[in-house]
Amino acid sequence: MGYEILEKRALAPGIKLFRIRAPLVARKVRAGHFVVIRLDERGERIPLTPLEADPQAGTVTLVVQEVGKTTKQLGEMEPGGELMNFVGPLGNPFPVKRYGKVIIVGGGVGVVPAYHVAKELKSLNWVGSIIGARTKELLILEEMFRQISDEVHITTDDGSYGRKGFVTEALDELLARDSADLVVAIGPVPMMKAAVEVTKRHGVKTLVDVNPIMVDATGMCGCCRVEVGGETKFACVDGPTFDGWLVNFDLLTRRLNQYRDQERLALARYEEERRTRS
Amino acid sequence: MSPVKQERVLKLCYGRLEEVPKRAWAERIRDFAEVSLGLDERWARKEATRCFVCDHPNCVEGCPAEVKIPQFIEHVRKGEFEEALAVIKETNSLPGVCGRVCPQEEQCERNCKLGRKGQPVSILKLERFVADWCRAHGAAEGPRVEIERNGHKVAVVGSGPAGLTCAADLAKLGYEVTVFEALHELGGVLVYGIPEFRLPNIIVEEEVRDIRRLGVEFLTDVIIGKTLTIQDLRELGYEAVFIGTGAGAPILPDIPGINLNGVYSANEFLTRSNLMRAYRFPEFDTPIYVGKRVAVVGGGNVAMDSARTALRLGAEKVYLVYRRSREEMPARIEEVRHAEEEGIEFVLLTNPTRVLGRERVEGLECIRMRLGEPDSSGRRRPIPIEGSEFTMEVDTVIMAIGQDVNPLLQRATEGLAHDRWDRIQVDATGQTTLEGVFAGGDVISGAATVIKAIGDGKRAARSIHAYLQAKHAPVAAQRAEVRG
Repeated sequence: MGYEILEKRALAPGIKLFRIRAPLVARKVRAGHFVVIRLDERGERIPLTPLEADPQAGTVTLVVQEVGKTTKQLGEMEPGGELMNFVGPLGNPFPVKRYGKVIIVGGGVGVVPAYHVAKELKSLNWVGSIIGARTKELLILEEMFRQISDEVHITTDDGSYGRKGFVTEALDELLARDSADLVVAIGPVPMMKAAVEVTKRHGVKTLVDVNPIMVDATGMCGCCRVEVGGETKFACVDGPTFDGWLVNFDLLTRRLNQYRDQERLALARYEEERRTRS
Repeated sequence: MSPVKQERVLKLCYGRLEEVPKRAWAERIRDFAEVSLGLDERWARKEATRCFVCDHPNCVEGCPAEVKIPQFIEHVRKGEFEEALAVIKETNSLPGVCGRVCPQEEQCERNCKLGRKGQPVSILKLERFVADWCRAHGAAEGPRVEIERNGHKVAVVGSGPAGLTCAADLAKLGYEVTVFEALHELGGVLVYGIPEFRLPNIIVEEEVRDIRRLGVEFLTDVIIGKTLTIQDLRELGYEAVFIGTGAGAPILPDIPGINLNGVYSANEFLTRSNLMRAYRFPEFDTPIYVGKRVAVVGGGNVAMDSARTALRLGAEKVYLVYRRSREEMPARIEEVRHAEEEGIEFVLLTNPTRVLGRERVEGLECIRMRLGEPDSSGRRRPIPIEGSEFTMEVDTVIMAIGQDVNPLLQRATEGLAHDRWDRIQVDATGQTTLEGVFAGGDVISGAATVIKAIGDGKRAARSIHAYLQAKHAPVAAQRAEVRG
């Protein structure tokens, strides 16, 4: 009994969308929630944040960037294939309420959870979105953001599309022009850290979604510890959404790199296996 | 006393079971295969002859699983091992597990009358022998009995020892039981917590398989409180619920450096190694890090398991840092002995004060302790000796100072009363403040033993049966009236 892949689509080089049958999880997924998947009996458990869920169809849509062994292996799976485990929803839902003017900042594949949050905040708030990527071909979900945002700003690091520079620079300009009631920043740790530096200067409350390494993701192992306001929290049960002003991003970075050597080894081994197979 | 019995007493009362065979330490620390080898047939039958088969067996009173100990031992003596297993399985669905991890010195064997003058009968070793023999001879499931289903559905939350026991007992009574497990494997702490060298996964797998044969349905990847709520379960037609979600939340001391890379909770360290098979990385995907010098903090079974796992993962030196003295260690005597044999160095009357390092652990600052007056647990309270700080050079620290109850389900369930440590409150029958919802195991007591969880599971099964019978009694009476 596995979880079938119903649809697979490439969104950008190395970034793929998977629609997966998981009826129980689909009924409960909200913005902020994440799921844990495991591909096969030798697989690791990895947390991923859904783009959206369809309770009627019983499906959950994930967007995966191929960075390590597990995500590369998933990237090679095709519709009809099955994930061995798919569990969720995990974490706390994003606090959806009336804030007023909200600016959503999404960087890299962080635009995926950012989209889910923006979509749920839309009916109660004015939502401006800033999405960015390294270069034009890596920018994803632009059309979807346009449909649910009152305003969309696009940045690329190399200037190949939209404004040249980082999302945080666009955020800085936007806030300088007119303040906001809330900023939501989701993306790579350096981006979130920079976003928080900007919002602190402008005095705008900021929520971030952290993405540490997890194992069980139900509060059992403590692998996902983060420091928030000097206190140790478990991202899986206390988060993943935290007050960005209080998060210790340097610690988060260090802990994310904890298994870098082993991850490299696993990936190299996997790619070697693939080469000998083909 | 019959002459035969008298003779047995004379011959064997003061005899003692020689040390049970186990693998030599130098060999066993190189892999994760089981350390204790168990009794062979001849040995088991000989040991069984030592049992008095008392008329009023105290040993049974000491067994929360209510195993009819003298009866099963009598079958062992006669060489009727399948019958022996059938006797055990009447009340205990996890004999292979219990036979390995029970703190027998505090349970059945403490009550054995032979223990007053000499060595008690090795009840635990016999239980394990029976389970292992039957497994090896393809007779583990015992005689197959068709159970008539009564059409009532019960949900069990968590597949640890409490949940498995409750599920099995209810299935035997005819209930349609579904067990919901959050993780991808069944067994709870038996698979994520207890290492292979002490409890091989195959034992848990096969005992779960036998429970499945009783008609119990198992669903993994379902987190009650997240994927489904207690309310959802009621709507799905479950008339009663048993919560056995255990004590899975790690306790980490609030000391500087606790979040440095290389500081593990014992839960994480063991879960990576046991559940995720990180000890076979990169063949299995989940990595684990163990440096050259490891400090494990704690004195219980979890601490012993962590220390011995670290050793098997290639650590050159493993210290076990414990704040009280050896006598106060809560671990099973056998585990302490095995750990020492394997070369774990005990650093007693010592407590960590700071983890040192920039990114990774570079050392552990500790303080010496002395024992003061007894505290609420009856054990002498450890008191720091001022100015006695010293630094241990280690690169990995594993915290095994206890587990809290996992609050996930409590937080998601309105009306389910719990104390400030999130332990679910139950009455004498095991029922919570929600009607039809029962709880047992570590989730009501905080971290305790497998056997205590089994006892709780049995109590809950009995109470659920009584509850559902009472609930349906008027209906049944009415039906009888109509028929009459």
